[in-house]
Amino acid sequence: MPAQHETHPRPRRNIELVLLVIALTIGIGAQVLVGLNLEDAIDQRYWIEGGVQAALALTFHIVLRLRAKYADPFILPIVVTLNGLGIAMIHRLDFTGQYEGVADRQLMWTAVSMVAAMALLALLKDHRRLRQLTYISLAASVVLLFLPIVPGLGQDIAGAQVWISIGPMSFQPGELAKITLGIFFAGFLANNRDLILLAGKKIGPMTLPRVQDLGPLFLAWLIAMGVLVVQNDLGNALMFFGLFVAVIYVATSRISWIVIGGVFVAAGAVLAYQFVWHARNRFAIWLNAFDQQMYDQDLGSHQLVQGLFGLAHGGLTGTGLGSGSPQIVALANSDMIIVAFGEELGFLGLSAMLVLYLILFSRYMRAGLGTRDHFGKLLAVGLAVVLVLQVFVVVGGITRVIPMSGLVSPFLAAGGSALLANWLIVALVLLISHAARRPIVVGPMLNTTGEGASGTEDPLRGRETGQQHPVQNDAVRQQHPVPAPGDGERA
Amino acid sequence: MNRAIRHTWVVSVVMFLSLFVALSLIQVVFTDNLNSDGRNSRQIIADAGAPRGPITVDGAPIAESVPSENSQYDYQRVYHDPELYSSITGFFAVSEARGAQQGIESALNDYLSGQSDSQFFDRVTALFTGETLMGAQVELTLDPALQQQAYELIPEGQRGTIIVSDLRNGEIKAMVSEPSYNTNDLAVHSGTQFAENLENLENQEGMHLYYNDAVNRPIFPGSSFKLITGLAMLESGDYELDTELENPNELDLPQTERILPNFADGGCSQRAEAELTWIFAQSCNTPFAEAAMEMGEDALLESAEAYGWNQSFNIPLYVNPSQFPAVESDAELAYASIGQASVTATPLQMNMAAAAIGNGGTMMQPQLVDTIRGSDLQILSSPDPEVFNEVMDSSTAADLTEMMVATVEEGTAWRADSNRFQVAAKTGTAQRGDATETGPETYNTWITGFAPAEDPQYAVTVVYEGIDMGTGNDLAGSQMLTMLEAVIEE
Repeated sequence: MPAQHETHPRPRRNIELVLLVIALTIGIGAQVLVGLNLEDAIDQRYWIEGGVQAALALTFHIVLRLRAKYADPFILPIVVTLNGLGIAMIHRLDFTGQYEGVADRQLMWTAVSMVAAMALLALLKDHRRLRQLTYISLAASVVLLFLPIVPGLGQDIAGAQVWISIGPMSFQPGELAKITLGIFFAGFLANNRDLILLAGKKIGPMTLPRVQDLGPLFLAWLIAMGVLVVQNDLGNALMFFGLFVAVIYVATSRISWIVIGGVFVAAGAVLAYQFVWHARNRFAIWLNAFDQQMYDQDLGSHQLVQGLFGLAHGGLTGTGLGSGSPQIVALANSDMIIVAFGEELGFLGLSAMLVLYLILFSRYMRAGLGTRDHFGKLLAVGLAVVLVLQVFVVVGGITRVIPMSGLVSPFLAAGGSALLANWLIVALVLLISHAARRPIVVGPMLNTTGEGASGTEDPLRGRETGQQHPVQNDAVRQQHPVPAPGDGERA
Repeated sequence: MNRAIRHTWVVSVVMFLSLFVALSLIQVVFTDNLNSDGRNSRQIIADAGAPRGPITVDGAPIAESVPSENSQYDYQRVYHDPELYSSITGFFAVSEARGAQQGIESALNDYLSGQSDSQFFDRVTALFTGETLMGAQVELTLDPALQQQAYELIPEGQRGTIIVSDLRNGEIKAMVSEPSYNTNDLAVHSGTQFAENLENLENQEGMHLYYNDAVNRPIFPGSSFKLITGLAMLESGDYELDTELENPNELDLPQTERILPNFADGGCSQRAEAELTWIFAQSCNTPFAEAAMEMGEDALLESAEAYGWNQSFNIPLYVNPSQFPAVESDAELAYASIGQASVTATPLQMNMAAAAIGNGGTMMQPQLVDTIRGSDLQILSSPDPEVFNEVMDSSTAADLTEMMVATVEEGTAWRADSNRFQVAAKTGTAQRGDATETGPETYNTWITGFAPAEDPQYAVTVVYEGIDMGTGNDLAGSQMLTMLEAVIEE
C-alpha cells in the first residue's frame, strides 16, 4: 500500500496558523477601519485590543497543538474571524451614541469564553467522557432553563424571561442549555439506539418506536417546551425542537422519527400560537410587516421593517464600515447586528459571512462524519444543527423567511452568555474532530500480542469499509522484515 | 448514520440557500421599493446629507456644503463668519428630526435643496446622469462690511438689533441681532453633539435660536410709534406742524385712576403749550394721547395698518405681524398712541416706517435676496423692487420728515446729528413694566430714521431691548449715526 504514507493524517496545525493570521487581520483590520472611517484616533487602545485578540487566538492555537493536534484546522480561524468582525461592528455602533462601551465588554467576554473553551479542551481531553454525563446533562438542562423564572433571580427583558442577574451581571443560562441538551440527546440516543432500532411495531412502511423508548425524549421536549412557553423565548424553543428532530433522525436514519418529531414540533407550534400572545404577534408581524397599523403598534413590525430598510440601503456593496445608519434599527448590536453588517458591508459582505457560517457548520458535521463513536457523531451533528438553526432563525427572521424570534447571531452579536456557549461548543467540536482524525495505531510499537491484536482500528483503513484491521499490516512487515534465508550463511 | 448526517447537511445547506435568496431579493432586487418607502428614515438622512446650495454675500459664501469624510451624511453644512449672520442664515441641523432649518435655510429650502419648481429640469438631468443634484445659490443683499460694523457696534451682553436698508428699493444692507451664536455648532452631524451644543446655547442668557429679533419679535415701540400717531394726526386735517397744542405734564385718563405723564427728565416741562413740531421733537406724550383720544381708534388703526401693522409677510424670512389690536378704552388708546399698552412692533417694521417717510410715502417691500442662481449659474429668481404700500402722499411725508429733522437737530435724537448731512429720526423709550425688588425697570430704546433728509437713501433702525434708559439712548442714537455715515458715501 504505497499510498498510505501520503494519506496518513497530518496535524495541519500550520494551515491553521496561516488562516489564523488572515482571520486576525480581517477582524482587527475591520476595527481599525471603523476607527479610521469615524475619525477616531488610532491610539494604543486599538493596538491593545487587537493584541488581546491575537494573543487569545494564538494561545488557543498552541493549546490545540499540545492537546488536540489533529483537530480540524478551519474551525478556529473561522470563529476568530466572525468574533473579530462582531467586535468591530459593536465598536462601530458604540460611536452612535446609543451604545457605550459594549465593544470592551464583548472583548472581555470573548476572553472569558476563549479561556473557558481552552480549559474545557485541555481538561476534558476526550469528548467520550461526556457520555457518562448523559442524565446529569438532562438535570443540568432543566436547572439552566428554569433558573430565569426563579423569583428574585430572573429578569424580564423585552418580553422574554431568559435572563438571570447575579449582582451587576446578567446571564442567559438557557444558552448553556444548548450544550447540555445536546449532550443529553446524543448520550441517550447513543445508549439506546440499538434498542430503539430493533424494538417497535412495524406499521406499513414505518416502524413505530415503543412508548418507553420515546418517554425520556418526550419528557425532555416537554420540559424545554414548557419552560420556553413560560419564558416567551420562541427562538430557543424552535432551536431545541430542531436539535431534537435532527439528532433523533441521525441516530436512527428513519424518516418515521422525522415524522414523529415533526408532529411534536407542529403540536408545539400550534400550542404556542393558541396560547402565547407573543408567538401570535410575531406571526402577524411576519405576514403583514408593512401594514401601517402593524408598523405603528407597540412591539409591532417597526424593528423588522427598519431592518429591511437597512439591508436595502446597503445594497450590493454596502455603504462601507462607519458610513451607514445601522443605529436606526433597535438592538442593532445584538439581535439585529446582521442588519448592521448587511447595511455597511452590503450583500457581498453579508453573503461572505454566511458562507463562513456554512463552512463552519460543514466542518462541525465533518467532525461527526469522521469520528467513530456514535456519541461523538450525534453530539457533533447536534451542535452543528444548533449553529445552523441559530443562524437560520436570526437571518431568516430578519429577511422575513420565517417569523422573527429572539436569537442572536453566533459569535457576532453582543452578549456574553451566547458567546461563552458557542465557544464551548467550538471546544467540543474541536475535540471530536481531533478524535476523528487522530491516528490510533502507531505501527511498529505494537505487536501481535499487544493491544493491536485485540482489534484497535486504524482510522485510515477503517474508514472506507468499517472493517477492523489487525495491526499486522504491510507497513509493519516492511519495517520488520522476516529474517532472511541467508541466516545460515553465518554458520 | 453517516448517510443521515449527509442528509442533515444537505437540508442545512438548502436552508442557507433560502437565506441567500431572501438577502439578494432585499438587497439587490427590491432595494428601490424599500429605499423609497416613506418610513425609511435613511432616505431622509440621504436628503439631509445632500449638498445644499451656498448662501453668499457679495459673492463669497457664508454658508456652503462641503463633502464630509466620516459621517452617515454625505455633506457637511459649513458657515463662515457664523456669528455675523446667524440670525439671517439660521441653521441647517441634520441631526434634528428631518433636518430642522431656520432662517434663510428654511425660507429658501426648496431652492437650496434643489427641490424648487424652477429646478425641475436639473432634477431630471441629475436622475439620468446620476450626478449629484446641486442646490441653488442664494445671493443676499447684505453688505458684508456694514454687517461687520453693525455686529461690532452692539456691546456684548446687550440684546440689540441694527437694521440698515436702502429705502429706495427695500434692499436690506445690514441686519444684525445679538446675542448671536455659532451656527456651525448646530450643523454638527452627531446627534449627541447637537443636543449638547443646543443645551449650551440655550443656557446663554437672552439667546434665542429659533427666531430672529429683527423680524420675529414684536416689542413695545414706545415713542417711535409717534411716527404712526403723527401720520394719523396730519391726515386727519385737524393738525399741522405749527398747530399749537396743550402740553400738560400729566394727563388724567378718563374712566380710570391712571395718569399719563410726560417724561419727567425730558424737555417737555419747559412749555405748557407748544406747536406740533416741537412736541414731536421733544417726544411729549400728553398732546399725542389727547389727540389720539380725540381722533378715535379707527384713525390710529388706519394709519398703523397703512404702515404694515397687523400683517405678516416674507422678505423671504417670515416677518411676524406688529400688533395694533383693538383697544378697550380711551385710556388704552391713549397709551397705544405712545407705543405702549398692547401695541408692539418688530425692528424691521419700524425701519420700514422710517423708510416709507424717506421715500416720499411709498413703502418698498423689504428684500434680503438679491439673486438665486441654479448650479449652472443661470438666474432662477431675481426679485425686482416692489412697492409694499403707498402709505401717505409726499407732502405728508415731507411734513413728517421736517418733524424728524427737528427731532435730530433740537430734540431727543440729537445724538444722531451728523455734520455731513441732515438726519431725520425718531426715538422711542418704552417702559417694559418689569421692575422687581431686585432690579430697576428696564426699557426698550429705539431710534429709527433716515438720511440725507433732503435726498433720502438709507433707513437705519437701532433697538435695544431690556436695557437701562441712559445706556440705551446713548447707544441707539450714536450707533444710528455711525451706520448712516458708514453707508452714505461722501
